Order: sequence, then structure tokens, then C-alpha cells
Amino acid sequence: MTDHTTAQKPALSSNSAKEKISIRGLNFYYGQTRALKEVNLGLNEGEVTAFIGPSGCGKSTLLRILNRMYDLYPGQRAEGEVLLDGENILSKSLDLNLLRSRVGMVFQKPTPFPMSIYDNIAFGIRLYEKLPKSEMDGRVESALKRSAIWNEVKDKLQASGLSLSGGQQQRLCIARTVAIKPEVILFDEPCSALDPISTAKIEELIDELASDYTIAIVTHNMQQAARVSRYTAFMYLGEMVEFNLTDSIFTAPRDKRTQDYVTGRFG
Amino acid sequence: MTATAISATPDAHSSTMDRARALGRLKFADASFFWMTIGSALIVLILLAGVAVSLFMGAWPAFREFGLGFLVSDAWSPPREKFGAATAIYGTLVTSVIAMLIAVPVGLGVAVFLTELCWIPLRRPIGVAIELLAGIPSIIYGIWGVYYFRPVMQEYIQPFLISTLGNVPLVGFLFQGPPFGYGVLTAGLVLAVMVLPFITAISRDVFDTVPPVLKEAAYGVGCTTFEVVGNVILPYTRVGVIGGVMLALGRALGETMAVTFVIGNATKIQSSILAQGTTISAMIANQFADADPGLFTSSLLALGFILFVLTFLVLAAARWMLARMELKA
Repeated sequence: MTDHTTAQKPALSSNSAKEKISIRGLNFYYGQTRALKEVNLGLNEGEVTAFIGPSGCGKSTLLRILNRMYDLYPGQRAEGEVLLDGENILSKSLDLNLLRSRVGMVFQKPTPFPMSIYDNIAFGIRLYEKLPKSEMDGRVESALKRSAIWNEVKDKLQASGLSLSGGQQQRLCIARTVAIKPEVILFDEPCSALDPISTAKIEELIDELASDYTIAIVTHNMQQAARVSRYTAFMYLGEMVEFNLTDSIFTAPRDKRTQDYVTGRFG
Repeated sequence: MTATAISATPDAHSSTMDRARALGRLKFADASFFWMTIGSALIVLILLAGVAVSLFMGAWPAFREFGLGFLVSDAWSPPREKFGAATAIYGTLVTSVIAMLIAVPVGLGVAVFLTELCWIPLRRPIGVAIELLAGIPSIIYGIWGVYYFRPVMQEYIQPFLISTLGNVPLVGFLFQGPPFGYGVLTAGLVLAVMVLPFITAISRDVFDTVPPVLKEAAYGVGCTTFEVVGNVILPYTRVGVIGGVMLALGRALGETMAVTFVIGNATKIQSSILAQGTTISAMIANQFADADPGLFTSSLLALGFILFVLTFLVLAAARWMLARMELKA
């Protein structure tokens, strides 16, 4: 392994990949409770970074900082620096809507909006662009194709998004996220509510999307982390314990806690 | 521990018997519970049917005398025994429409504010205040309407409307005439204040049922609060919101005391909403004491029957709308 970094230093990969998101000295608080402790980390452009760790370790919290979702809830606050292309997204003056159009998110449970399949996709696009019908149709189609769900829904675009199966709904949500052309996509345990076949489809999809987007995925499934990601971060009790190439994390972990966790010995 | 474990394992046969007996007791309780609940439900149906039938029987002389013309006639003359329901129906509908036009947007706005935007420490006090508002007896709205709101209407609001909207083409006729203070608009506004808490309280409760993750998803594609409310929260909760609005409409249609106090009780239809008028329930409340048995009383009962049917139609329309929306969703 030529490339390894300690948990405290931002990752610099061996290749020339550009760091899209840099997290420096990040602390997060739910009221008085400190949920993240001095996290440092870098997400490379066009690569998948996985976050693993036991429940409550702060990995979802970390993800929700990257699009400032925590802002919806009073009493939650972040300190430190999170740079997206060099710009601190924790800054008070940041335009949240713009940030969220650049950093899309796919949730644990599928969250189709209560509207038609077509509108689920077109809705997000309409927020930012005024397109003629034909062009909008094209955008919707390409987003659905991109998310490998086009063939299943092309004959019922006007049906409710809620009428789809769980796996289809999740791909619809990915299509919706992709449609607004974000730069970063955050996946918060996207497969935990899905059956194995849907899971495989979503993983394949993440793999394909990786070439164009910077992807961060939180998962409880270590095989999934191993399958889809190039880098893996192991978190424990709010700390970034180890961050390295996925291969290294799973085959040659350097921290005892990482080793215990990836080998399933964790209590 | 071992000793209790052994003594707690009695002979299998008698334990089955005990269980059967215990279950038998439960079965009896279960069955009586079933019959009690079904009995209560049936009583409601019987009462409803009883009210409808007795109203209709009381109203029958008036219907027989005036026929369908009763619905469209605006005559109301006890000495000549000429009665018609048009004035009262018109007043009922117009006051309710005014009330809903104001209470629905404001009520929904308050609910959105409380669930999405309100500063947390203020959320409970405002919510409790709204619920208290819903619990105020209507007579209190009535005296408030007469002693405080009517003078304000007469001195400020109505003259203002007459001098501005009164001159606008097409809608001007709605805002003409002298400012009495009493009138259809005053009643509509008082009704709006009365039904607003219903709309707010119910919509707030249904807004709270929207899964946080769905809202997050909408915020996650970059929606503003307004867009989240319009495109996600309202569509998701529309069934409940419409239910709340219909409940409010039902109350507005039937509200008696507060309306009787401020509407002026004039038994003729006038084009201006500033003019005095009446509603079905206000008419009944005002006149039943003077009504001679016979056609007069029968006509009042007929009004009651019409209100009954009107309320029923509103609820049926709401059901029908909801069913259609379910199909589309």
C-alpha cells in the first residue's frame, strides 16, 4: 500500500484526483452533546467514499453536514471547516438552496414526492431552469435512464411515484437527484430498506455514477462498502478512526478498532 | 429460584382447564364489548334518522303549501302566511363563503408558520392560544361582534370599502350602501375568526404527520420553505386539510348565536355584502318564539330541514372530492 494516511491528516491520494470536499477540524453538536470530534477528511472528485461504523458513530451526522441538512433543526450546530471547491459551506451567508442543488442526497427510505413519476423528476429541474416541454421530457428521460429505471416506468410516467416498489422508488429518488445535475451525491444507507436484487441494482448504479460525481455513501453493510467504494472511512463514537483506500481498510487495517469492526468482532 | 420454577409447573391437564376458563371469561367480555360498541354506533344512526324524519314531518305542511318554490322564494311575511327560504339560504351561503375565503388561507398560513417556521419557544404558546380560541363559546363571539367589532366595521372598515372597492366596476355593487356595521360581511368576518382555529389546529396536526425525511428530501433538492409547503406538505396532507376545512365549513353553515347578533336579521336579499341579511339558523333563532303553530312554524322547521340537507351535501361533496383525489394520487 503506497497510499495511506492517518485519521488526522486529510487524504491525498496517490493519483492526481482533485479533492472536492475537504473537512477540517469539524465538530458537531446536538444541543450539548458532541457528536463529531475534530474530524478531518477529504472526498475526491469522481470517486466513491464510504463511511462505516457502528450505529451512533456519527457517520450519518457527517453526511448531513455536507448539505447542511442539520440546519432544519434548531439546536444543531457545526464548527470547523467544510470546503466545497475551496468555499466554506458552514458559512452563515451561504445560499442553502444553491448548496443543496450542488450536493444532492438520497435517503435511507425512498422518499418520492406525492406527485407523478414524471413530476418527481421535473419538479427539481423546474426549481432551477425554465425548459420547454420537449426539452424537459428529454431531461426527465435521461435522468430516468441514467438511474436504470426508464424501462420500468416509461409507460406510466403519469402514475404516482408512490405506486412504485421500494427499489424502484429509490432509483426514482436517485434519478430525481441526478436530474438537477449536482456535483456531489450523498447516499445515506440507500439500500437498508431494499431487497438484495434492488440493492445490487443500486450498487451498480452508484458504480456508474461515480465517474461523473463525487459520491459519499453511509452504509451498515461492509460488503457494500467494499464493493462500491474506493476509499473508506471508519468512524467510532464521533471520531474518524481510520481513513484509507477501501482495500487497505478491509485487508490491512492499522487501528485495532477498525480491525475488530471489519472482522465482525465488535461488541 | 429452582423451587419456584418447579412449583410453577403444575400438572398439564389442570393448567389447560384453567386457561380455558380464563379465556371463557375473556370471550364473554369480548362479546359484550362488541355488542356495546355496535349498540352505540346504531344509536347514532337511529338518532340521525329520527332527527331527519321528525324535521321533515314538521316541515311537510310548508313544503306541501309552497312546493319547490319555497327554496327560491324570498318572501317572508308571517301576517300574510307567505314564506320562502331563499333569503336565508343566500345569507347562509354568502356568510360561509366569506368566512372560508378568509379563514382558509389565514388558517393554513398560521399552521405552516407553527409547524415550519416558528421559533420553538413560541410554538407551544401560540398553539395553545389557537386551541383556546376554538373552545370559546359562540355567544362570546356574538357579544364581541356587537359591542366591539361592529362599531369598528361601521366607522372604519365599511366606509373604507365603500369609498374604494365600491367604485370598482364589476364588483362595486358588492360594497355599496350605507355603513350600518351590522350586515352580511360583518357576520362573515366574525365567522372567519370563529372557524380559523379549527382549520389551523387540524392542519397543524396533519402537517406534523409529514415524515421529516420527505421534507428533507424536498429541501435536499434545493426547495425553499414555500416550495416544500406547496409541493410536498400540502399534497401529502391534502386529505386531512380538506377534512379540517369541511369541518370548519360545517360549523360556519350552522353557526347561530354569533351570526344572529351581527347580521342585522333583514329578511330580504340585497346585492351589497355590507347590507343586512339573515341566515337559516339566525332566522330560526330569531323567530321561533313568535311563530304560530301552523304554516309559520312549519316553515321554520322546513328551514331547519334545508340546513340539515345543506350540511349533509357539503360533507358528501367533501367525501366525493377526497375519493377522487385518492384515485389520482
